[in-house]
Amino acid sequence: MSKVIVVTSGKGGVGKTTSAAALSAGLAKRGFKTCVIDFDVGLRNLDMIMGCERRVVFDFINVIQGDAKLKQALIKDRRLDNLSILPTSQTRDKEALTQEGVEKVLNELREEFDYIVCDSPAGIERGAQMAMYFADEAVVVTNPEVSSVRDSDRMLGLLNSKTARAERGDGSAVPAHLLLTRYDPKRIEDGEMMTVEDVLEILAIPLLGVIPESPAVLRASNVGVPVVLGDSSRAATAYEEAVGRLIGEQTEVRIEAESRPGLFQRLFKRTA
Amino acid sequence: MFGFFKKPKKAGSGSAAKERLQILLAHEKGSGPSPDYLALLQRDILDAIRRHVHVEKDAVDIRVDRDDELSSLEINIELPSQTMAQATGQ
Repeated sequence: MSKVIVVTSGKGGVGKTTSAAALSAGLAKRGFKTCVIDFDVGLRNLDMIMGCERRVVFDFINVIQGDAKLKQALIKDRRLDNLSILPTSQTRDKEALTQEGVEKVLNELREEFDYIVCDSPAGIERGAQMAMYFADEAVVVTNPEVSSVRDSDRMLGLLNSKTARAERGDGSAVPAHLLLTRYDPKRIEDGEMMTVEDVLEILAIPLLGVIPESPAVLRASNVGVPVVLGDSSRAATAYEEAVGRLIGEQTEVRIEAESRPGLFQRLFKRTA
Repeated sequence: MFGFFKKPKKAGSGSAAKERLQILLAHEKGSGPSPDYLALLQRDILDAIRRHVHVEKDAVDIRVDRDDELSSLEINIELPSQTMAQATGQ
């Protein structure tokens, strides 16, 4: 049975697209037929993070509006042949995302793919609403920082009210998992940042994984390779383990900083 | 603090990012065809073919690969075998 998973956060810049790319590549690596969709109409970036920006012909909106068939818009990943990307439009506006259109495309994708990962835009407008509306599960990407946690809490509220599942009225909500990103054990040790436990206590959803702050993430986006397909790094391992938990593996969440912190890492942060 | 004056050890990833963006933005902002021309091109190709043979609406597959030097456009049209037989039989 296929599963639609939304990767959402409310706040921008917390790592939604990076996570959507890493999780979908991780699922594909494990043999699942996976498709990742960009819902950020007008500000598409998933294609860059996946490294297929030069191959975009048709997009999600073309498919919704009947200008192209789904198979024409899907871009097959060159590294993993069971991974496909559905880019969005850079020129249209979010109103082009109709509920009927999104549902039709998702239903068609469900016939072919095991996992359909919806990369939500920031905010709570139409793009974000449509990305979560048909989800079977949600991954809430959060940084250990007040505005991100607050926005995540808001998204959890929307997942429990503004989704097809919630509207069925049978008391079922979209199961949500917490993915804590840009986690900096050093600063947490110094008491400058909230801990995993702090965030879990506030949001009260199961933990999918903790991704340490890592230069590997910026490097991966620079070259258009999902983190799990790039050089080995703690961030890549953390994403791989998160993928395992997403498919039901019961493993303990380890929190490990990149082994080369210090100057090198600080330099990267300065430019980020 | 010497690190600030040193080039990053792994030259490449940062400049790769810049290069990718330059290619992409040049294509997006360029005086080239409008972003939606491929949908129109596809329709025109189909119309032209359909004047001669019957093909399905989704029989046209267009792929592009943009580069800084040159871009390629690959168009595959699936002709039903019956049509081929008819066409050669005439």
